[in-house]
Amino acid sequence: MREAVIEIESAKTGEVEPAVYEHPWPVRFCHWLNAMSLFVMVASGLQIFRAFPSFGAKIPQKDLLNWPKAFALGGWLGGGLQWHLSFMWIYIATGVFYVGYEIFSGNYRQVLFLPKDIRGVWPMARHYFFFGPKPALAEPYNPLQKLAYTSAIGLGVLSVLTGFAVWKPVQFSWLAWLMGGFHLARIWHFLVMWAILFFLFGHLIMVVLHGWNNFVSMLTGWKKNPDYAPH
Amino acid sequence: MESRINERKFRRVSRRELLKLTPVLALGAFAIPKLQDRLLAAGLGFSDWASAELFRKGHLAPTFTDAELTPFEKFPINDYDVDDPGVDFQKWTLTVAGSVAKPGSYSLAQIQTLPKFRHNTRHICVEGWDVIGRFGGARLSDFLRMIGADLSARFVTVECADDYYESLDMATALHPQTLLCYEMYDQPLTREHGAPLRLQIPTKIGYKQAKYLTDLKVTNILQKVGYWEDQGYSGFYGL
Repeated sequence: MREAVIEIESAKTGEVEPAVYEHPWPVRFCHWLNAMSLFVMVASGLQIFRAFPSFGAKIPQKDLLNWPKAFALGGWLGGGLQWHLSFMWIYIATGVFYVGYEIFSGNYRQVLFLPKDIRGVWPMARHYFFFGPKPALAEPYNPLQKLAYTSAIGLGVLSVLTGFAVWKPVQFSWLAWLMGGFHLARIWHFLVMWAILFFLFGHLIMVVLHGWNNFVSMLTGWKKNPDYAPH
Repeated sequence: MESRINERKFRRVSRRELLKLTPVLALGAFAIPKLQDRLLAAGLGFSDWASAELFRKGHLAPTFTDAELTPFEKFPINDYDVDDPGVDFQKWTLTVAGSVAKPGSYSLAQIQTLPKFRHNTRHICVEGWDVIGRFGGARLSDFLRMIGADLSARFVTVECADDYYESLDMATALHPQTLLCYEMYDQPLTREHGAPLRLQIPTKIGYKQAKYLTDLKVTNILQKVGYWEDQGYSGFYGL
């Protein structure tokens, strides 16, 4: 999809600034809805984890880590489950709506990482992490971003699939079987959460580094003075 | 598309785009204390409804080989009160009531006249741990037919010697793997594991599998769901 480009003319000075419409409202809507439900899913999930913070046997029980209650949602196991089993539907519905929108609108071209993007990953990584030169960009998302966002969407799908294997290991026994049974599915579900948190950590750092105009684009859709040359 | 607009118009366009996101704020209702309990109860209710819809009466829970069994001494003993409520085995009977043709007291010997089934299935606790155990007993569905239960009723409820109580949807009660269990690891049930009779339901979470049964009722109305459920846990919790 081609991004709409406009020029904004200042009333006082008459100077013009370019602006690009990067994010259609369904994308922004899903982004913030997902931000909230992801927060609830992680915090309530950790509350549930607190009830048996181990992946080994019950007898003898060896705790993996003592997750602090202050960083958990629900107050007790039953409360954590209430939040988790309520918001999982919002989380899933958001994901289904988002992926459906991306496919039918063609907007997936903005975000989907394809084989042609592979060779652009290293120059971007070198720029971000090793002070390399900034590659010339012509799209809202550079190859490294596409890789990160496509992976995040994949992790979202995995979080739901592993979650269903933990919630319904009998009705979805084939799903649990794929993951090595209920016991391993619970580990996968936990690891997928950490992978999502790892993405989120990098994502938030990048948001801070890229400043206000970039942040606002996820609220209004419009990005002023983009750091790439729009079509 | 390229056009030039002035700053004021851009701000107006931006504001309109921002307002399109306001429905997200509806989630803030979960932060309002008065609404929170009701919303979470509705969410849990929806999950339970979906669980009941996903339940397939002919679909069996995975079974395991003897080599995969958790050793008996490592099969956890969970109860909310006491390991042994002191059931007098000599006098024990299961009292049957509700929508049944033949209510009354049933002895363990009577229940044991029904065909015995044994299987190795996974027991999953709501806390997150799981073990694989070997269980033996009569199918609850056979017992329900023995007592002439109205199989179109909605629920089977049980009371326990330790005042624990539970309820089962009829579809799960009739599932071929749902047992009135009196054996574990081919030995008579021990007191800590619920002797003389417990529920064993491979398609349900652990807390539904009540121990030390004393009463069983077939009914359409649930006055209470279960000991943990009535404190806020899922009522259906099918696996």
